[in-house]
Amino acid sequence: MPFAFGKITKETQLSSDYKRESTKPYQGMTKLLINGKEYEVNAENGMPLLWAIREQCGLTGTKFGCGIAQCGACTVHIDGQPVRSCITPAISAEGKNITTIEGIATDPNTLHVVQQAWIAEQTPQCGYCQSGQIMSAVALLNEHPNPTDEQIDAAMSGNICRCGMYGRIRTAIKRASEALQSATL
Amino acid sequence: MKKWTRRAFIGAGLLSGGALVIGVAIRPGNRASKVAGLIASGGETVMNIWLKIAPDNTVTAIIPHAEMGQGVHTTLAMMLADEMDADWSKVTFEEAPAEKEYANYSIAKGFVAGNSNFPKFLDQTIEGIFLTAVKSMNFQITGGSASVRFTGQDAMRIAGAAAKSMLLQAAADTWKVPVEELTAQKSTILHAGSGRSATFGELAPAAAKVKTPTHPKLKSREEFTLMGTSQPRFDIPAKVTGQAILGMDVQVPGMKYATIKAAPVFGSKVKSVDTNISAGQPGLIKILNLGDAVAVVAEGYWQAKTALDALPVTFESTANDGLNQDEIIARYRTAMDTDLAEGNLDTHFESGETPKALQEAKTLIEAEYQLPFLAHATMEPMNCTAWVKDGTCEVWCGSQNPLGVKATAAELLGLELDQVIVHNQLLGGGFGRRSETDVIKQAILIAKEVDFPVKLIWSREEDTQHDFYREATISRLKAGLDKSGLPVAYSHQFIFKNHPAEAADIPYSVPNQLIRYSNPSSPIPWGNWRSVAHSTHGFVTESFIDELAHAAKQDPLAYRKSLIKDYPRLQAVLEMAYEKSNWGSPLPANWGRGVAIGQAFGSVVAEVAEVEVGIDGKAKVHRVVCVADPGFAIHPDGFKAQMESGIIYGLAAAMTGEITIENGAVAQGNFHNYPVTRMSEAPKIETYILNSDNAPGGAGEPSTPFIAPAVSNAIFAATGVRIRQLPISKTDLRVSIRATT
Repeated sequence: MPFAFGKITKETQLSSDYKRESTKPYQGMTKLLINGKEYEVNAENGMPLLWAIREQCGLTGTKFGCGIAQCGACTVHIDGQPVRSCITPAISAEGKNITTIEGIATDPNTLHVVQQAWIAEQTPQCGYCQSGQIMSAVALLNEHPNPTDEQIDAAMSGNICRCGMYGRIRTAIKRASEALQSATL
Repeated sequence: MKKWTRRAFIGAGLLSGGALVIGVAIRPGNRASKVAGLIASGGETVMNIWLKIAPDNTVTAIIPHAEMGQGVHTTLAMMLADEMDADWSKVTFEEAPAEKEYANYSIAKGFVAGNSNFPKFLDQTIEGIFLTAVKSMNFQITGGSASVRFTGQDAMRIAGAAAKSMLLQAAADTWKVPVEELTAQKSTILHAGSGRSATFGELAPAAAKVKTPTHPKLKSREEFTLMGTSQPRFDIPAKVTGQAILGMDVQVPGMKYATIKAAPVFGSKVKSVDTNISAGQPGLIKILNLGDAVAVVAEGYWQAKTALDALPVTFESTANDGLNQDEIIARYRTAMDTDLAEGNLDTHFESGETPKALQEAKTLIEAEYQLPFLAHATMEPMNCTAWVKDGTCEVWCGSQNPLGVKATAAELLGLELDQVIVHNQLLGGGFGRRSETDVIKQAILIAKEVDFPVKLIWSREEDTQHDFYREATISRLKAGLDKSGLPVAYSHQFIFKNHPAEAADIPYSVPNQLIRYSNPSSPIPWGNWRSVAHSTHGFVTESFIDELAHAAKQDPLAYRKSLIKDYPRLQAVLEMAYEKSNWGSPLPANWGRGVAIGQAFGSVVAEVAEVEVGIDGKAKVHRVVCVADPGFAIHPDGFKAQMESGIIYGLAAAMTGEITIENGAVAQGNFHNYPVTRMSEAPKIETYILNSDNAPGGAGEPSTPFIAPAVSNAIFAATGVRIRQLPISKTDLRVSIRATT
């Protein structure tokens, strides 16, 4: 395991947590870094990250849709990569940077360019899948700032929208892509 | 079907704090609801509509409909604000019921019970308004897509116009000028002669004392300023930041979690379950035997779910234990044969002498169509949070029927209606599923056994396997064509007549028609599924007319056009579909174009699909042109969004949607074996709105029925294979492609 400077601080923090945890009835507490904030959760028995985020951290923007990585409603970023939090053990995300829908706007007063595009295209209907859709779209644009239709299909086909707003999602991704590119010019 | 009671009221009053409130209430029988004896007598649901004006000049529309993404909160507020000439930037909304001051629930209860004990400000009944409303309503279509057509048209607009009239009168009285000299503009009343002006907020207290107008004047279309525009939806910003609270997201202090496993076979009961909690199961709080289901309460969903999965449960055997899909379909066929042979068919529509005309026709075409059971698969699995304490009950859920939820809770717990508080939330998809109250009952039964609030969450598997399903159907059709290939006789025998009652009608001129049906018993729970009976009949009738066109060696679109001469509205829509789809222009090899048209929920919709069938036999829908006449689209972008949504929802069903029964239980469980349309399979959809002089039509459902036949007809055009059974994935298209290439 690579041993970087940043990890030393982290491990020091973790060991102090282990001491505190010994007074609790649970077998072990897990520390999660979500949107730059630290949370302590009880994630024993392989609890997926989704339930820790929703029930113990109170961040309900990330949704439960299928529980088996079929629908994408639970998509979050771990170290910038989109993952399905419903099948990702919370323990495996310890020490990593987790980003949820609540954390993608870096400035609290300005929405992320993808969120802005989503509003401009009036994309959501019921909205239940949209956190996951936006997390997948942000990851796509990070990797391919100017995605082709095929790249959109590949990145977004794991996210189901039962209201069927795929056309608007595609258009919104392209709008966000344009906005990103004009901003970097 | 429930009867309408011819009563309505409009009234105004002053709330504590100086806000003006205007109410119009009209009581429809809600046939979408299966909850009998909802509130007192009659099994009916009250819709009531309110508006408030605050001293700061904010107008609040109180919307009696749940938001599931159809934009109803925004669109209905627009209808009210337009009639009122309110400043849109100062208009907001609340979902009814919300204000304890005028106790909506009590009003509803009293109203339904025939109790005249209303709050004083509501006691001015205006028969005329209600009669107008009744006239404009089509009883056959109250089941769905009704918010704009009914509530908006007949209640929201009246409430807004009445409020404006009262504000104008209040200004006239205050300024001692004739009311005719006053105008309302952007939440302000102006007197041009004297230059005086006052805001709605300033005039509201005086307006509340003005006599309620008996016939407030509604605007003509030319006078609309908001209706017909696409205002940004109120609900969208919170849905892109993760802040929107849907039923699943409710957090109540001290809340615990539960999940549930119902008897897999419909009608079965729990035989045995050990409800003792053993040591070494951290987080586990309670195991409950609910009779037909086992529930586990724990600190979190995960703990509850893992404990439930490990729990040995046995269920009573039932007569349906060995029941399989093929047997159900065989039973339906037998029932159809028997009902036909024994003369037990009910007649849906009859004209001319069909058997004779069929016999004498030059060409006889016969076909049998079959459709599967379907689950709703809302994105948000079923859930409900309930708290039973000290003789009261609070419920948090996203429901299409919050008053039904309230009545369900009251009945289960033996409480008065006003001891139950329902906090309705945003819905993560409804499609008819969230008009049921089964999950509410379960949540209350669990909450009754614990002394904390509890959130019941269904797994996706539970959601798929304990739905209320769109019926599986069989349709037998015959048509006789004359020398020119036009139909002279049409016969259709189907099973399961549901609403809307007219769904089996055809818009085509055929002199001899015999449409009959029967309702065999079915062991599978039935529910309203987006577009309900249109979802089956749209496919059957629009595929069969396509068969006739091909048998007559005529262009399917031109053939339809020649047969809808009596319906100028359909003709106009079909003509526009012809033009916008470039009908007749060349397509690549193995591509086909198919059309379907019909009228549903007051709107006319035509869809043209362009489909490619690959050498692997897979059908890919590339483009859908949708032309719709909604009468008048109040919110054009919202209407388009509904067309797009209905098409994708119908497409998922057409391509792969199928629930089957194995050993008495639903065989599918999650999106891997109940697949739905994904991004890579979603066609480009172009929607064109063709407003007409007709009253506003529905938006949420009318596009769903016509995508399956448009796609199937396109597949026929591409391959020569006629799809007579859905989903399309059941038909092997590989052979056809090899044969044609």
